[in-house]
Amino acid sequence: MDSDIVLETRDLTKHYGGVHALEGANFILRQGEHVAIMGDNGAGKSTFVRQITGVERPTRGEIIFYGEKVQFDGPLDAREAGIETVFQTLALADDLDVPDNLFLGREKTLFNLGPFSILDYRGMREATKAGLEKTGVKIPNIHNTIRNMSGGQRQCVAIARTATFHSRLTIMDEPTAALGVQETAQVENIIRALKEAGEPLILISHNMRQVFDLVDRIVVFRRGRICANLVKEETDGQDVVAYITGAKTQDEYAEAF
Amino acid sequence: MTDGSHGVGGVTFDASRRRWPNEVNIFAALILIILIFEALGALLMNQSFLFDSRGRFDTIFNEQRLRIIILQVSIIGIIALGVTQVIILGGIDLSSGSVVGATAMITMSFAQVATVNGHPNPKAVFGPELMDLPAIVPVIVGLACGLFAGLVNGLLIAYTRIPPFIATLGMLVSARGVAKWWTKGQPVSFPTEGYAWIGSGMMPVIWFVLLAVLFHLILRYTVYGKHTYAIGSNEEAARMSGIAVDRHKVLVYAIAAMLAAFAAIVLSSKNLTAQSGMGVVYELYAIAMAVIGGVSLAGGRGSIVGTVLGALIFGVIQSGFTFLRLDAFYQEMVMGAIIVGAVVLDQWRQKRAALRS
Ligand SMILES: Nc1ncnc2c1ncn2[C@@H]1O[C@H](COP(=O)(O)OP(=O)(O)OP(=O)(O)O)[C@@H](O)[C@H]1O
Ligand SMILES: [Mg+2]
Repeated sequence: MDSDIVLETRDLTKHYGGVHALEGANFILRQGEHVAIMGDNGAGKSTFVRQITGVERPTRGEIIFYGEKVQFDGPLDAREAGIETVFQTLALADDLDVPDNLFLGREKTLFNLGPFSILDYRGMREATKAGLEKTGVKIPNIHNTIRNMSGGQRQCVAIARTATFHSRLTIMDEPTAALGVQETAQVENIIRALKEAGEPLILISHNMRQVFDLVDRIVVFRRGRICANLVKEETDGQDVVAYITGAKTQDEYAEAF
Repeated sequence: MTDGSHGVGGVTFDASRRRWPNEVNIFAALILIILIFEALGALLMNQSFLFDSRGRFDTIFNEQRLRIIILQVSIIGIIALGVTQVIILGGIDLSSGSVVGATAMITMSFAQVATVNGHPNPKAVFGPELMDLPAIVPVIVGLACGLFAGLVNGLLIAYTRIPPFIATLGMLVSARGVAKWWTKGQPVSFPTEGYAWIGSGMMPVIWFVLLAVLFHLILRYTVYGKHTYAIGSNEEAARMSGIAVDRHKVLVYAIAAMLAAFAAIVLSSKNLTAQSGMGVVYELYAIAMAVIGGVSLAGGRGSIVGTVLGALIFGVIQSGFTFLRLDAFYQEMVMGAIIVGAVVLDQWRQKRAALRS
């Protein structure tokens, strides 16, 4: 078996009652590779992400992470295994401030007293500042609650959260959806930095330019199934749109449609 | 925490223009209410509400009234400390009053003396082998009652996804049933000296203050507190961030019910008796204290400091009405209006916050 495979899913499937949100996804991500997932609204992209990050239990199928078959019991499990995710819903607690959110679920503590462990506020504040500095994310006041922030600032916080921690796989679900021109460029720079560092990435995006700018390969989802796996150099925008809309389907995926 | 240098990336941030914490507003409200009673007192009664009006120089305040105010709110205040955590978590606990009743009855049964004035205890629940026990026994029994009720609440809410309102409403009815069934409605009296000490004199106030400080620190400086706020602000986000949401909920409901149980211990000790009707509607008063103190029913916002201020406002109003010799009926009517007012204010605040973002 290939040793440079970061993530592989076999027949990954998720049904919500009668809704077949994800059906038989076979997906491979290799070391250092940046892959985009594209597809129309409701195609199953976020569902795919929720299965591999332990947020939900797949109906069936296997997930292999760095050669090991994994079954994450929850999002924390996936994080501890090294998967950092920017969820489409951002997963921020509105009433908490930036350091609190960056460390949500994995707080730095001074003394370990189980649930009553004392928080290391200073450590988290310093790490937050360093993390924001590193990613170039601009937040006027990190002690502002998320509730009082603009949509773009919230997104920056969510992205800074993944970028602050060392990870073995980064997943971003539409990270620039609410961002202005400058902030989008900033996030794209973060992604390029990951590429240079050789860290693998799954990027979900509807932005064709961005995808062609940043990734090596494009996987297209349609109605819960993968319908194309395209190397960037061998395709173009029109071609991808044809796969997204269902005008075309790659031969190896054709029998399902 | 207040140095102004947290601007990152060159965006200016003016530290002097931070909005002050909501607790300042509530404190202002407390002062305002006191001033209103002072004014009414001067106008209608020709005496001062909280200040010493007998012209002595050794005292500034009317200590007796102050003492009554804080003593009055202390026991329900202890319950409110737990209710605060449950509401911040995004839940609600309607069972605390009934938990007080059931716990008081059961606890008192383990705190009885064998002989009263040379006669056998006329209210004895158990045989002599379970009498004259050291006070620690009934205290542990009481806390265990609270723990049990809280675990039932928490497990129902976290794992069967029954809405907190329904689950704790069920407990409200059931626990009251236990309180009545325990001695078939008979009061339980004559506690040991050790047990009677727990709620004697100003002890309820001391317990309230100690527990308020403890839980203020816990909510502020521990992972438990952070997760409570996180779940209340956005349960889904908390889950996705890897917080063990269900387990945490069970813990919070357990702690809240144990605080109610402790209030029952203090109350029964103070009264030297337990009755099956003890604690009726305390849950609503406790919720009122929290809400008046700025704890948002939507979850995620509020503090122990706020609730303590809310409890004081509650006590001042109660005592103010007595001071003005107004009927208890009016008192309840006005209290109801204040609770509704506090909730309306909170919703208005939320809407304004939502509009801003
Ligand atoms: N919890 C759920 N229960 C029932 N159906 C769901 C659930 N979550 C998602 N779905 C359905 O699954 C399908 C795939 O949704 P998903 O969120 O994965 O789409 P997506 O590709 O991420 O779309 P978008 O581009 O809009 O983010 C949709 O039809 C959606 O309605
Ligand atoms: Mg999506």
